[in-house]
Amino acid sequence: MINVEDIRKDFPILSRKVNGKPLVYFDNAATSQTPKQVIDVIVDYYSNYNANIHRGVHTLSQEATDLYEQARYKIQAHFNAKFSHEIIFTSGTTHGINLVANGFSSLLKKGDDIIVSALEHHSNIVPWQMLCERTGATLKVIPMNDDGELVMSEFDKLLSANTKLVFTNHVSNALGTVNPIEYIIEKAHEVGAAVLIDGAQSAPHIKPDVQKLDVDFYVVSAHKMCGPTGVGALYGKEAWLKKLPPYQGGGEMIAEVTFEKTTYAELPHKFEAGTPNIAGGIVFGAAIDYMNNIGFEAIANYENELLEYATEKLLNIEGLKIYGTSKHKTSVISFNLEGIHPYDVGTILDKLGIAVRTGHHCAQPIMDYYKIPGTVRASLAFYNTKAEIDSLVEGVKKAKMMLA
Amino acid sequence: MSIEEIQNEIIDEFSMFEDWEERYQYMIDLGKDLPLIEDQYKTDSNIIKGCQSKVWVHAEMQDDKLVFTADSDAIITKGIIAILIRTFSNQHPKDIIHSETDFIDKIGLKEHLSPTRANGLISMIKQLKMYAIAYQTQLK
Repeated sequence: MINVEDIRKDFPILSRKVNGKPLVYFDNAATSQTPKQVIDVIVDYYSNYNANIHRGVHTLSQEATDLYEQARYKIQAHFNAKFSHEIIFTSGTTHGINLVANGFSSLLKKGDDIIVSALEHHSNIVPWQMLCERTGATLKVIPMNDDGELVMSEFDKLLSANTKLVFTNHVSNALGTVNPIEYIIEKAHEVGAAVLIDGAQSAPHIKPDVQKLDVDFYVVSAHKMCGPTGVGALYGKEAWLKKLPPYQGGGEMIAEVTFEKTTYAELPHKFEAGTPNIAGGIVFGAAIDYMNNIGFEAIANYENELLEYATEKLLNIEGLKIYGTSKHKTSVISFNLEGIHPYDVGTILDKLGIAVRTGHHCAQPIMDYYKIPGTVRASLAFYNTKAEIDSLVEGVKKAKMMLA
Repeated sequence: MSIEEIQNEIIDEFSMFEDWEERYQYMIDLGKDLPLIEDQYKTDSNIIKGCQSKVWVHAEMQDDKLVFTADSDAIITKGIIAILIRTFSNQHPKDIIHSETDFIDKIGLKEHLSPTRANGLISMIKQLKMYAIAYQTQLK
């Protein structure tokens, strides 16, 4: 059970005002807010432990290294990876995707197929297009239906012996659809293809078990999980990470360097060139602790209750249409008012202190499918309340009155 | 009227509004009244980049004055355009080039000047001035 009033006390930002009104923060899919327990760890690190890691013999360096590596264990445990060296610290989901895409450059050739879903964020489309340009491989797309779900029968038809990689998000950022990744992974593996799942939008709501899923790569960002920006994690199966070449050269990632030849460090350091975001990694660990203390089952149940409440209330507004109507959704509601541009609605809501996202949400192919310029997206988190949803509904009504 | 006189007139009008709601309602109404750009000018090359909503601007010389027409698919953006057109259209290019734009701040629309605002008010002003510079060069 979630005691939302207690939880809200953890988030200092939730008590601030915007444009003279109490902040209603419904842009959680863009970035989540940070609880004081997590903010405290940032302050503690820079106050007491700040040092460069892995190389120093002095105490501070060793303590900082311990904290950083403990965070890796926390992430390993959270995603249930078999080994801690299967967790690579990144700057975020986009970095993780590019690391894998770059690694596959040497493994693909003309005639190979890469399959991507129609629900992707641009960050999970563009790196693969670039990979196709480099290798001559072909990009194929799993289509979507009117509910914003991937059409699995079409996916089956795209699969062949030529399929080398399949990429999809676990949850669509624009619509909130939870994709059937278990099926996708199983079918892709039957033809010998590797699967990368973009978990940026799922990780704040669902605790994935990468071993049970048997997924090859799973990428996440800390800042969508109550953590800081600029840090994330890539889970990769040991066998794949050994096979992929390093992404960037530099310090940390080497075993031995001469001008004739460099040998690379063991996992995970092979993929972690340069001084990493040390504080970010440690704080990411603290954010995962915070969310696990609340519990992902409790979070999912509560957010689902919010989703149902908000959906029902919003649909009572005449002329409001929700995009993304799958039965399997996280707490994201993408909508438009008939004949009104989403940008106008977002501007009025902002004046009322309500933060939503408007636009194409970096998923233009989805907007093209619905033939709309964009949507208003309210994305809810476990620290939001039904009273805030009521404010949103009133705000949308007001926007409609002013703009119609 | 000069650009400065028009701007002062607009500042006067906006000073009568008591809150943001009245201000925005006025802009929305201005947007609705904005004479539309002719369809032939709603081309990709007339779109101002950097806006979350689509904005088209067309400029042409009539005698020695520069006349702007514009449109947008979002109504608040149209209201902002309407204010800009009222200020800058039917003016000599050199006056447009040398005009100040701090009246935007004075009418309470400063938030739209922030670079993060996707409506691209800055891009719009820049584009209008670019047209003025281009036509001024032709005049010489």
